[in-house]
Amino acid sequence: MFAPRSIQSNNSFREKLFSMDYILVFAILILGIISMFTMYSTAGGTYDYHTKSHILRFFIFFLLFFIVSFFNIRFWHQTSTLIYLFFFLLLLGVKYFGLTSSGSQRWINFYFMNLQPSELMKIGVILFLAKYYGRIQTSDVNQVRYLFLPIASLMAPVLLVVTQPDLGTSILIAAGGSVVIWLAGVRIKFFAYLSIIFISVLPIAISFLKPYQKARILTFLNPDRDPLGAGYQIIQSKIAIGSGGLFGKGFLNGSQSYLDFLPEKHTDFIFTLFSEEFGFLGSTFILLLYTLIIYRLVVIGNETRSNFGKLYCYGFSTAFFIYVVVNMGMVLGLLPIVGAPLPIMSYGGSSMLSIMFGLGIAMSCRIYKDEVVN
Amino acid sequence: MNRLNSSVGPAKTKMISRRMFILSVAKVVVFTGIFGRLISLQINESSKYRTLSDKNRFREWKLAPQRGTIKDYFNKEIASNEKVYQLHITPENSSNLIKLFSRLKSILNLSDKKISYLKRKIAKQKPWEPIIVSDNLSWSDFSRINLFLHELQGVEPIVSVARVYPDKSTSHLVGYVSQISAKDLKRNEYLREMSVTGIAVGKTGLESMLDKNIIGEVGFQRYEVNAFGKRIRQIQIDKGQTGKNYKTTIDLEIQKFASKQIANVSGAVCVMDIFNGDIIAMTSSPTYDPNAFVHGISNTEWKYLLDHRDKPLINKAVSGLYPPGSTIKTIVALSALENNVAKTSTKVKCKGVIDFYGEKFHCWKKKGHGLMDMRSAIQRSCDVYFYEIARRLGVDRLSVTAKKFGLGKKTLEGYSEEKSGVVPNTAWKKKFIGQNWYLGETLHSGIGQGYFQSTPIQLCLMTAQLANGGYEIQPKIILNDDKNRNSLKQYLASLKESDSEDLTKPNQKLTTNLMVSQFLAKPLFKNQENINFIKDAMFAATNEPGGTSYRSRFKSKKFMFAGKTGSSQVIRFTEAQREAEVKQNEIDYKQRDHALFIAFAPVSNPKYAISVIVEHGGSGSSAAAPVAQKIIKKVIERDEMRSKNYNLLGEKI
Repeated sequence: MFAPRSIQSNNSFREKLFSMDYILVFAILILGIISMFTMYSTAGGTYDYHTKSHILRFFIFFLLFFIVSFFNIRFWHQTSTLIYLFFFLLLLGVKYFGLTSSGSQRWINFYFMNLQPSELMKIGVILFLAKYYGRIQTSDVNQVRYLFLPIASLMAPVLLVVTQPDLGTSILIAAGGSVVIWLAGVRIKFFAYLSIIFISVLPIAISFLKPYQKARILTFLNPDRDPLGAGYQIIQSKIAIGSGGLFGKGFLNGSQSYLDFLPEKHTDFIFTLFSEEFGFLGSTFILLLYTLIIYRLVVIGNETRSNFGKLYCYGFSTAFFIYVVVNMGMVLGLLPIVGAPLPIMSYGGSSMLSIMFGLGIAMSCRIYKDEVVN
Repeated sequence: MNRLNSSVGPAKTKMISRRMFILSVAKVVVFTGIFGRLISLQINESSKYRTLSDKNRFREWKLAPQRGTIKDYFNKEIASNEKVYQLHITPENSSNLIKLFSRLKSILNLSDKKISYLKRKIAKQKPWEPIIVSDNLSWSDFSRINLFLHELQGVEPIVSVARVYPDKSTSHLVGYVSQISAKDLKRNEYLREMSVTGIAVGKTGLESMLDKNIIGEVGFQRYEVNAFGKRIRQIQIDKGQTGKNYKTTIDLEIQKFASKQIANVSGAVCVMDIFNGDIIAMTSSPTYDPNAFVHGISNTEWKYLLDHRDKPLINKAVSGLYPPGSTIKTIVALSALENNVAKTSTKVKCKGVIDFYGEKFHCWKKKGHGLMDMRSAIQRSCDVYFYEIARRLGVDRLSVTAKKFGLGKKTLEGYSEEKSGVVPNTAWKKKFIGQNWYLGETLHSGIGQGYFQSTPIQLCLMTAQLANGGYEIQPKIILNDDKNRNSLKQYLASLKESDSEDLTKPNQKLTTNLMVSQFLAKPLFKNQENINFIKDAMFAATNEPGGTSYRSRFKSKKFMFAGKTGSSQVIRFTEAQREAEVKQNEIDYKQRDHALFIAFAPVSNPKYAISVIVEHGGSGSSAAAPVAQKIIKKVIERDEMRSKNYNLLGEKI
């Protein structure tokens, strides 16, 4: 049973097809369709550029999700490092060849869309660290010499992203990676040391923060301090969500949002718009969908045999959870505004791409759950 | 090697799974937190947020109401409204006032002084109270603002109405409006209830007298706005109520004409209908442009008006107090006749001066007029004659008659600027000066000097009440639907029809009394013959050689008028000056006599009374009578049109 096998598996195409987790597939699909309708609403009920490109991207990347999931998990295992390095290179490329927008350098122009490598990196670190910790022995996990590489492989992209500057995504990358590290058995005290190191590095990092980002943290603590400035978004988001009530104001009736009280309504604040229009019932439904997706991911993690697979699925599901919670927390005024998109719902090609890619690998873990990975 | 911990194997997997379990529990807790927050926002506090969301998007603007118009007798506008473009700023709607001001400065070319003034004003007010940047923007500035509106958060361009006065001749009569002040608010509750920014309030004249009804009622607009304050759509509009329109008795043509006649002097003119008290014209000079006040008069202009020698802001027709001078002789004579202290044939020899208990009293004619009877004394305005008449009459009886004919009290109802003047008598002097009356002062009163003070409108009223045969009338400016408006005229017409002149016959008296009470005609005389005599003497003064206004007469019967000149002393001549026969135009302007003239016309069928004053004009015959002459002609020319209108009007406006 533990004999090494080739990458090719014995299952036929039909069997693979049937072994997919269709609950997960449908949950993703429903979420995608909801996001398309919501995007339509942000455009004020028209098919503007955002709406059209979002629909297009969802379908293309949904297809990608399927394609990725049909690849054997061992393939993904073997190419993890390469993928990570590729993403890292792209990240470097942004620094020197990147586009600048709103004072930050985050994108590379790929003609049909602007690629934001930091989003891809979210998956990249999880993949890499899952492979790393899948390999090494548990006894070695806490040894210092085995910590250098994981920390370096996590810190490097985080610092690159923070200096873009993009505080939000860098936090999410760090979170995702840290989860895998912890799941692998690293003890808390190392996280403590890491935090100390990080805090000491923090002043340098903060110096890269733009004033508005610093202000955001301050106004999070007291939004009313500056109701027309940085606290504005938080207050407006809460008003919009709160005014949705139980049943919401109805599709296309999100007055807060369409009257421009809420900026960024198609990206970070997409949940606000949806919540305003569909109320408490709508919001709960979305929460349930996300819960379902995360739950199915954990189940895949339970069922997959390899440690790499487990680490990946658990890590990815937790990371996914964190993305959702950070965005919702931000939108509900529980967290400072850091600029983190809501998976699948928010507009953004790179976010959609990386999430679908990540989900695809997880699905591959399901289809090839019995595969033994080195 | 088989170790307890290996890279693969159940132990590792177990550890991973165990840790994942911990993570899952944490996830559930966090999710519950999110869920709880959702509940809190969307269920518990949803109404609060609903309200906030509405507050965000609904804005209400109060609409200043449109003022009612004021028209003349022939429906020409003398105070109306025009569309203006205004710019308001609500400070709390702007995120950055400094940036806003710098933007406005470049868009509108505002001066630094203006900007610092606005900033000071904002500092004094509450942040939700709007301030007015400009209440009269040009169309090009207004459209420029609208172009840049998305950059100008907190700025509200508003289309409003502002007062406009077509002609300067009605300035004093109509008054002006200007921006509401703290004092206005304190005094008037109806203004407090309105609370519209920068509403125009009547400050003087008719605008002030009629303000409560003419100002109208406030309306409001409710708009849905987006985050930039840009109005997306109108939810509700209540236009409010335009103020009440008013029609006046004024004839704008005559008003303009009269104003022109005195444009180069300081003075006033008053023209009145002798039967119903309609004020045909009431103008004062020098005048000013009331439109300058509507949008806020500049400090320099205001100072100029205040410091001007001839006080352009005062309405001399109702507020100017002058000794009536020789014009009072009509009343002195009437009073003497009514009180039987003299007869029309009473003669006095005028030698130019009399000595009275050691004090000298001069006639204006140095050498004297010779032997005078009452008619010629009025015709030539002999002072000595009237010193004697006044001495016999006594100031108290004189004051009774004077007051009867309208002097010493306000003539109009509700016109706050009007002054009452002074009709002196012994009681008055005791009360207000605290001294006993000297007999010499009676003599002065007899020629309208001394303590006597009257306004041009009072003199006009006095003349009108003489001209209509001695009946009391109530002067008015505003036309209303008073049924009894023309009752006097009807009464007199019916008198003529009954063809009775002998009111002493018992039958006639009864009928007369009945008619009096029915038509509300109030005679001010005991014997109407006396009135007729005075009128005849005035006719002589203008149309017979030797009369003081002979030179200004009309030969044509159509325009013939009867009048009385007056020169009221500002300062007494010294003996030396008298000796030298110093002429008026040789002395200082401020010390010259005022020139007065009263008249009624046309003589054959009197309809109108007029009073003219030319401040420091020197003599009534040279300065005031010629002015009156021209105006009388104009008035009679327009009489036909006015009567036609009157007949069409009936009693309704």
